[in-house]
Amino acid sequence: MQITGTQFTNTAALFGNDLATFPDYPAEIRAPAGTLPGVSGFQVQFSSADIYTPGDEPDVLVAMNPAALKVNLHTLPKNAIVIADADAFDRRNLQKAGYPKDVNPLEDGSLDGYRLFAVPLTSRTETALSPFEALSVREKRRCKNFYALGMAYWLFSRSFDNTAGWLEKKFKKRPEIAQANITAMKAGYAFCDASEEFQVQYDVAPAPTEPGQYRSIQGNQALAYGLVAASHQAGVPLFYGSYPITPASSVLETLARLKRFGVKTFQAEDEIAAVTSAIGAAFAGAIAATGSSGPGIALKGEALGLALMVELPLVVVNVQRAGPSTGMPTKTEQSDLMQAMYGRNGEAPVPILAPQSPSDCFAIGFEAVRIATKYMVPVFILSDGFIANGAEPWRLPESLEDLSEVSVSYREGNGTLEPYSRDEETLARPWVKPGTPGLEHRIGGLEKQNLTGNVSYDPANHRLMTELREKKVQRVASEIPDLEVHGAPEGDLLLVAWGSTYGACRQAVSAAVANGLKVGHVHLRHLNPFPANLPEVMARFKRVACVEINSGQLATLLRAKYLVDVHVLGKVEGQPFAVREVLTHIQELAS
Amino acid sequence: MNPATPPSPPLKKAAALTKKDFVSDQQVRWCPGCGDYAILNSMQHVFAELGVPKEDVVVISGIGCAARFPYYIDSYGFHTIHGRAPALATGVKVANPKLSVWVVGGDGDMLSIGGNHLLHALRRNVDIKILCFDNRIYGLTKGQTSPTSEYGKRTGTTPLGSVDRPVNPISIALAAEATFVARTADVFNTHLREVMLAAAAHKGSAFIQILQNCVIFNDGAFKDVTERGHREENAVYLEHQKPLVYGKDDEKVIRMDGFKPVAAAAGDADALVHDETDSALAYMLSRMGGDGLPTPMGIFRRQEHPTLESAMERQIRAARESEGEPDLMALLHSGDTWEVKQ
Ligand code: SF4
Repeated sequence: MQITGTQFTNTAALFGNDLATFPDYPAEIRAPAGTLPGVSGFQVQFSSADIYTPGDEPDVLVAMNPAALKVNLHTLPKNAIVIADADAFDRRNLQKAGYPKDVNPLEDGSLDGYRLFAVPLTSRTETALSPFEALSVREKRRCKNFYALGMAYWLFSRSFDNTAGWLEKKFKKRPEIAQANITAMKAGYAFCDASEEFQVQYDVAPAPTEPGQYRSIQGNQALAYGLVAASHQAGVPLFYGSYPITPASSVLETLARLKRFGVKTFQAEDEIAAVTSAIGAAFAGAIAATGSSGPGIALKGEALGLALMVELPLVVVNVQRAGPSTGMPTKTEQSDLMQAMYGRNGEAPVPILAPQSPSDCFAIGFEAVRIATKYMVPVFILSDGFIANGAEPWRLPESLEDLSEVSVSYREGNGTLEPYSRDEETLARPWVKPGTPGLEHRIGGLEKQNLTGNVSYDPANHRLMTELREKKVQRVASEIPDLEVHGAPEGDLLLVAWGSTYGACRQAVSAAVANGLKVGHVHLRHLNPFPANLPEVMARFKRVACVEINSGQLATLLRAKYLVDVHVLGKVEGQPFAVREVLTHIQELAS
Repeated sequence: MNPATPPSPPLKKAAALTKKDFVSDQQVRWCPGCGDYAILNSMQHVFAELGVPKEDVVVISGIGCAARFPYYIDSYGFHTIHGRAPALATGVKVANPKLSVWVVGGDGDMLSIGGNHLLHALRRNVDIKILCFDNRIYGLTKGQTSPTSEYGKRTGTTPLGSVDRPVNPISIALAAEATFVARTADVFNTHLREVMLAAAAHKGSAFIQILQNCVIFNDGAFKDVTERGHREENAVYLEHQKPLVYGKDDEKVIRMDGFKPVAAAAGDADALVHDETDSALAYMLSRMGGDGLPTPMGIFRRQEHPTLESAMERQIRAARESEGEPDLMALLHSGDTWEVKQ
């Protein structure tokens, strides 16, 4: 399902549609097929206009078994198209999906409000593949997803050439499998073309977007590229220490394939080794990063305190998932904001950045390296599963000059070194690589004496160092661009949001404004420190509400810092916000 | 028999460095009489003899009495967090393979809270030298049982005696595929220096257990093996391709009785000969000591294997050869791209 979804996405992207995707799959690698928890889905919205989310209500559902139908039916608007594999609606599968005995939704009229196409996909695929004598029945049946994909291509008047080319490349070693899937896809296409049942065919024109080169990109991939780009621009190799965890592993996998960029990836024995190896690499002068999800970040906590105590640059990626504990690994959530903000012993402030969409992960990854090296501080990136796995078109930088500057400098030269002396502007201490003659010194997790870096238990010094560590983080604010309000510049309601709720907020606010409501939206890509003009923007609206996939963590921070009465539009269901949900809230609060 | 020079490749004499170059300006704060002083003194000599520039020496530690070590060495040092020094040192070495990286910690730091990192640093064969100061007690927290404390030991946390069985650090290092595994003691200053220089010359991870006396909380834990008058009978020095000779007058050797080592008279035709490349022998020796047999000191195993950092660099070179030099714009523009025209 994930593969066919991705193929459809790429084809739509190549055609020039704007798009957004939402892969939704079970945590188990081979969850029992046919059961409700085992449903693997892929949602894509594509359009001739700008879009920001994978959509609330699918116009077409392809259900390969009764469980898939049952899980997704409630999201469909009336009159939506439902294509179902009639072969899969047998007694066993119906029972597994929890339908009562002798009830078949394809036959009992319960789908009357929809345009139902119950097609025996499995047997049709088998028939189409009868010339492939070398393939087993099982292998033939596996091609049914591509039969369905062929139908979808017909429905949306798309060419299957791109996918055919992809299959040929993918199965270079087993050309018969490639050909079987292509044949199944063409058969699905031809079936719709010939069938009288299919009277509808959609034309979705290319979206009018800014001119330029585009590609489709997923969040984790963009994040990996952002880190590599910053390392490339700084001329300093990247070290990435990580331990496999859903949904962050693909950052490590992507970077492991970029060795020619001098990237050293280290699959550590555990989360703690992942972060400490990265701290070691930073000490040695590398651009260092570590990545995980909430449970792994919890394990890294002590080491992150060390990184900020010794004031070394480090990028820490948290691709959030639903918690607490193991929670729901494949489901999205934004519930680790407080963990990033406060999840360490002692007073341990760090800058926090949050990408707002899959392609924004590139810019945020890059920016995190820039801030970490400029201020000599660990920097958090809070992505989430929705952004990490989702894809969208990305307007590519045309040349290296389009990227901002990352300049890294190490302290060299003889003479005395004060390891904890500071740059006046950034409060950064000097970065001195081991191997630099004459500047030998020791660092560690014990409190440092200002300037000398020697161990110190002096009360006044501890207060001073605590303040310096906090001030250094606050200095980052001077570089954060002012927030611009989308929608009404002032009025009744301001939505303050962060991370993957960007699309839902933006579309909901556009719709609300079109309906005459005085609603604005600001989206925070910097969560610590906040953009300097945030309080001033909030003051222009009668009400402020935070939209976040948690129970109100950003709202709590805003209330504490600015003493404003912030409403919480939270959601903790492991699912992203739908535009309609945000809109409903807006209507309640803005009227 | 006296501790002998292990058969290591000849080391470069340091250009002009002396022990003094590695003495930092920090006041040493171990208890008077602590075995750590002797180790520090020996190690300052060793660093001067490494033949690497002073600025290339990096000492990394975790938490504990031993972990204060980096503050006292005038080079680059990092006093990190409890148990994590081997992992952090791995990052240092991988990021800059030119550095001479040393990890210092105690038995609690390395075998308890940091056991996992020790295991993996060793199996990866990253070229770092791990010095485990084993005093069979928690010193800094004032005398609690450690993973190497004897069964039944009475301490603050085990008033009726410890009910945990101890681990054998050498057996663990061997099982973790360490390519250099050795044991020495704080007071064996020549032996200690020779073992360290051999470890430094070895390309790959080295694990060295240093029996270290904690005068305050576990005084005399190793006196049978380390003190004159006892050690002649209770310690045997391992030398590659030589028989294991011990006793006041070198009158005894070890012989195998089936799979069991037994004592025999010098000159025995079946005297056991040490072989640093033999893992089965190394493991057998790691279990030997007590029960009338001497405790082996010296290098149990030394084997050649590519190091982690060299393998990583090799893959980078290979990638550049097969995929070409890095081109960032080409990477970003890879995959299916399309153009939106004006
Ligand atoms: S407590 Fe023991 S190990 Fe620690 S410094 Fe004192 S004597 Fe040495």
